Amino acid sequence: MKLMKTGTAGTMESNDIMVTLEPKETGGVQIALSSSVMQQFGRQIEAVIRQTLTELGIAHASVDAVDKGALDCTVRARVRTAAYRAADQQNYDWGAM
Amino acid sequence: MADIKSIYAGIPHIDEISQHGVFEGSKGKRMGTFAERSASQNKIVDSLEEAVRRTGLKDGMTVSFHHHFRNGDNVVNLVVGKLAEMGFRNLTLAASSLTSVHAPLIEHVKNGVITHIETSGLRGELAEQISRGLMDFPVVFRSHGGRGAAIESGDLHIDVAFLGAPSCDPYGNANGYSREEDQSISCGSLGYARPDAKYADKVVVLTNNLVKFPNSPYAIPSSNVDYVVITDNIGDPKGIMSGATRFTTNPKELLIAKTAADVIRASGYLYDGFSMQMGSGGASLATARYIRQMMIEERLQCRFALGGITGQIVSMHEEGLIDRILDVQSFDLDAAESLKKNRFHQQIDACYYASYLHESAVNQLDFVVLSALEIDTAFNINVLTGSDGVIRGAIGGHPDTADGASLSVVVAPLTRGRIPSIVQTVNTIVTPGSTVDVVVTDQGVAVHPDRPDVEVKLRDAGIPLCAIQELKERAEAIVGKPDPIRYKEKIVGVVLYRNNTVIDVVRQIEEDQ
Repeated sequence: MKLMKTGTAGTMESNDIMVTLEPKETGGVQIALSSSVMQQFGRQIEAVIRQTLTELGIAHASVDAVDKGALDCTVRARVRTAAYRAADQQNYDWGAM
Repeated sequence: MADIKSIYAGIPHIDEISQHGVFEGSKGKRMGTFAERSASQNKIVDSLEEAVRRTGLKDGMTVSFHHHFRNGDNVVNLVVGKLAEMGFRNLTLAASSLTSVHAPLIEHVKNGVITHIETSGLRGELAEQISRGLMDFPVVFRSHGGRGAAIESGDLHIDVAFLGAPSCDPYGNANGYSREEDQSISCGSLGYARPDAKYADKVVVLTNNLVKFPNSPYAIPSSNVDYVVITDNIGDPKGIMSGATRFTTNPKELLIAKTAADVIRASGYLYDGFSMQMGSGGASLATARYIRQMMIEERLQCRFALGGITGQIVSMHEEGLIDRILDVQSFDLDAAESLKKNRFHQQIDACYYASYLHESAVNQLDFVVLSALEIDTAFNINVLTGSDGVIRGAIGGHPDTADGASLSVVVAPLTRGRIPSIVQTVNTIVTPGSTVDVVVTDQGVAVHPDRPDVEVKLRDAGIPLCAIQELKERAEAIVGKPDPIRYKEKIVGVVLYRNNTVIDVVRQIEEDQ
């Protein structure tokens, strides 16, 4: 998947995560995460973001994520949606989710 | 009649009968009227500064405060600000609890005015900073009963108590409300201030509402009070009390409450003439509503309700379901209003409530419903530190009532957002698992293995049970396995159990730079 522009998904509500993706040509995936549960789950949230991007074939991106205690399934959904928006695509592969 | 002086020495055993010698005349009669005396010969001191001077307070001494004004309190900040201004140093601040309004204490700690803190809890910026290593001397955390016992026994010696009171007369009879016809502010019970008044060397009452002698009824008698200071601003009524504590409409909490009530009924402790205490958390408060329904259906009477009292308990008292209320702390205006007008709504002090040194009211409890931040697989409870390891709560009467009640029921949602409530090991042990009988969550009920009697009864009643370990795993399946909190070596708080033995410590948190 190729990112064309900035894509955002999510809200600042409790138990949600607001994910903003920006396309980059090089440098891998750079994640700036702030979380209300940083100490306990920060590492895990970053891993889920990274894994979700890898599954979508995105190797370079800058990620800004503001987490308010989202579960892993929510993190995956928000990252995917942000990626599809940034790539201007709507051909969701529902079966793979 | 012979001269008493001449026969005094000949009285058998006179040394054992009197130590004060012979009567040498009475002191002069007071001639003025009572009204004149009240105005001129009284304990009122012109300023807080003058009162402090007269108490003889010195560097290194212990000053105490109560927390009945909660988030509206201005007494701690006002007094400690004055003590700082007067140049005192190295003081111990022994409050019954501290809240987020006490953030100004941070400066006084940094400046060496306050070097030791004793409290039931800490919140807000002060709690954050203490968790980050603000103080050299660890904060001493005691339960309400533990503090009462420490004051009674002398473990915690108070040199000067500064007690805010919403009503006081010129001689120091003070209370948390007033039966005078006025619109004064009210905090209801002054239960946590009364041991301080009784045992402190010197007692200063700060009031914004001077009433005529005698201020009746009083929580603190004039015999316990040395000085009265009148000041406009003891607290903000909005922060001291809100209207009736509102019922939760959160379906998760209602489910927990319904289950908790079912557990109590099935356990056999809901019978005609029972006793209870309800915590003020959403789910524990809602449990009262279901208990009420059961009482009406089964025609049961509650002999007494204890504790922090809410409007919920008051309305059950007023509709005749609860005979007596024992009130150590009034949580809302309805409770304060009831204390003022209902003769069987009795104000009690912290020692009467929960001191382990003698039979106290918590020992007469059939059941208590308590909230928790964390519960571990050994049933230990944490209500003091948050999931990030930062202090953000208060012990309150948690360990006192869990220990005293025949059945302690702890209610909590399985998860709060991404934070599990049921964990392998709690961050901080406040209430030991050996005193916790049943844990009720929205996704299952677990009974302590030491209570097979309760387990059998719940099973017979058809309440589905699971092991505490299963609840922990269910929580983990939803939120994942949290990384352990990273602490530094430094101990910032010491947690004492209700008998004032050390049960746990709180360490400084480690943070990413």
